[in-house]
Amino acid sequence: MAEAATQQSTAAALGRREQGAMLGISRRSRYIAHAILIVGVFIVAFPIYYTFVASTHSLQTILRPPLPLLPGEHFFDNYYEALFGGVGRIGGVGVGTLLFNTTVMALGIAIGKIVISVLSAFAIVFFRFPGRMFFFWVIFITLMLPVEVRILPTYKVMVDLGLIDSYTGLILPLMASATATLLFRQFFMTIPGELVEAARVDGAGPWRFFKDILMPLSKTNLAALFVIMFIYGWTQYLWPLLVTNSNDMNTIVIALRKMISFADADTEWHLVMVTSVFAILPPILVVLFMQRWFVKGLVETEK
Amino acid sequence: MATVELKDVRKTYGGRVEAVKGISIDIPDGAMCVLVGPSGCGKSTLLRMIAGLEEITSGTVSIGDKVVNTLGPAERDIAMVFQNYALYPHMKVYDNMAYGLRNRGMDKDEIDRRVRDAAGTLGLAELLERRPRELSGGQRQRVAMGRAIVRSPKAFLFDEPLSNLDAKLRGQMRIEIKNLQRSLGVTSVYVTHDQVEAMTLADTLVVMNQGLAEQVDTPIAIYERPASIFVAGFIGSPAMNLLAAEGGETGKGLKLAAGGTVKPRETSLPEAGRKVLLGVRPEHLTLVSARNNADIEMKVTAVEALGADTLAHGYPVDGDARAGELIARLPGTVRVADGDVLPLAIDAGMAHLFDAGSGKRI
Repeated sequence: MAEAATQQSTAAALGRREQGAMLGISRRSRYIAHAILIVGVFIVAFPIYYTFVASTHSLQTILRPPLPLLPGEHFFDNYYEALFGGVGRIGGVGVGTLLFNTTVMALGIAIGKIVISVLSAFAIVFFRFPGRMFFFWVIFITLMLPVEVRILPTYKVMVDLGLIDSYTGLILPLMASATATLLFRQFFMTIPGELVEAARVDGAGPWRFFKDILMPLSKTNLAALFVIMFIYGWTQYLWPLLVTNSNDMNTIVIALRKMISFADADTEWHLVMVTSVFAILPPILVVLFMQRWFVKGLVETEK
Repeated sequence: MATVELKDVRKTYGGRVEAVKGISIDIPDGAMCVLVGPSGCGKSTLLRMIAGLEEITSGTVSIGDKVVNTLGPAERDIAMVFQNYALYPHMKVYDNMAYGLRNRGMDKDEIDRRVRDAAGTLGLAELLERRPRELSGGQRQRVAMGRAIVRSPKAFLFDEPLSNLDAKLRGQMRIEIKNLQRSLGVTSVYVTHDQVEAMTLADTLVVMNQGLAEQVDTPIAIYERPASIFVAGFIGSPAMNLLAAEGGETGKGLKLAAGGTVKPRETSLPEAGRKVLLGVRPEHLTLVSARNNADIEMKVTAVEALGADTLAHGYPVDGDARAGELIARLPGTVRVADGDVLPLAIDAGMAHLFDAGSGKRI
């Protein structure tokens, strides 16, 4: 079996190479392809690098163009000030607090979304109850209502419940997800009926089946969805802007916006740059650490 | 270990479609009952009703003298082997076999002993740490068997377990299953559409057609005395020849529609003029040397030389090709060519008569 698989993949690889030769992919065109890719990477990476460079210079250097291309000597000063000194324009709140707020929100949204959508997909796919299709369609229809459309009523509800300036208020309205429910529904439907029946014969009730069979089989999907949802939560702008008033409940994205004044001189650019670096760091780390699972979850299903 | 009893079991979908139309079978303790039939005949539905995976519309299923109609699959104390094995892909072979025992809260040492015992019996001892995707088809099949036997259930249920294996492995596993079932002495119900599997495995064979049991008997009895043309055509390979005929004058035997008369049996000849079908298995047609000893002459259209015997396909020479195909199994290698006319004798003692209208045995 394994042997056959290796043979197949070698055959496929050979096929690809032959195909490459047939399509006339020469050495030169390969160089061109690489050049295009390198230019692409440069276009994406350079602004990020430049942000980092700016975050290591003093405000004076930044305000006096041109900005040097190499990091300056204020790295420790700027990062210390941003993390522990507090940033003036957003009420002296340190970047640490902002990071904590954002992490709580992003994790809450990602985990909450996954828990809710896994459970609702589990119910829709594996149980027969009255109104099953009705509920499925209700969930499906909410796909057509983005956050922005229902933002006012949601805001009113949050105010009435006294959830303004709370983590619950930040997380709860963004937690339900039709997209994730649909994804899990599609995945669960590919699980063979025989497997479900084998588990029933083996004496596994619904929870045992969920815990011992369904979750282990979905772990790559869970990881992929976690990455997507974490970044979705991390980059939320409109909702946190509405639902938080006090400075120490701000998320990092909101704080960034507030730190920038229209007058250049009022803006502490060196601190803005430090905050920007902090704002992009966690999503990058999540993707880096979960990349293997993430890609696996998108391309293969282990069955 | 227990008997399995079905009493007038029916399954109706949505109040209209009848999948199983009232089947009663008694399977004695330790016996192997095989349900065989074409696809859509309701055999799998029946098995799933015994397993508790499908609700029973009416009738009763008892396992070990206890009616189990309302019990879930786990409470019926049965083990099932599925067509696609249904192994848990993320679990090692060991855990696949142990899972059902763990769910029943069995003691760890006892689980370990049982799993290792079963693995030893099935030759899986080396593979316990592998995952299903690292196993060959035959090995997966064994794990599925192992998962069933560790439980020492009251009954084994097999749902076409060999249909995903290649022919050679299938033959091998068939014998293994038979031996295993014999040595464990567990009552078993086995669903298949393969009549060779059915004949070799069954103690009791149930031939099903359109939701009904056409015949329930031992395999040999069914082969020797099929109850209807459906059973006659389904059991035996190649299928039985069915020749249109009608009752001749008293004492003169049967008039074949293709011409000629045959005298299949001394007694129970149909009255003159009654339309019947004469069933003759290919192995009961023998080549005779002279034309006037022949009961029927066959024009050969195709020859399959299998070595041990030769299959000659053709049609009765007096009729036309549409009058019905005729297959003769001739022992050894006989030199026959397309277009030959073979004089054949019908082994009258081995012929069967069916009513042309109802299809039932006369």
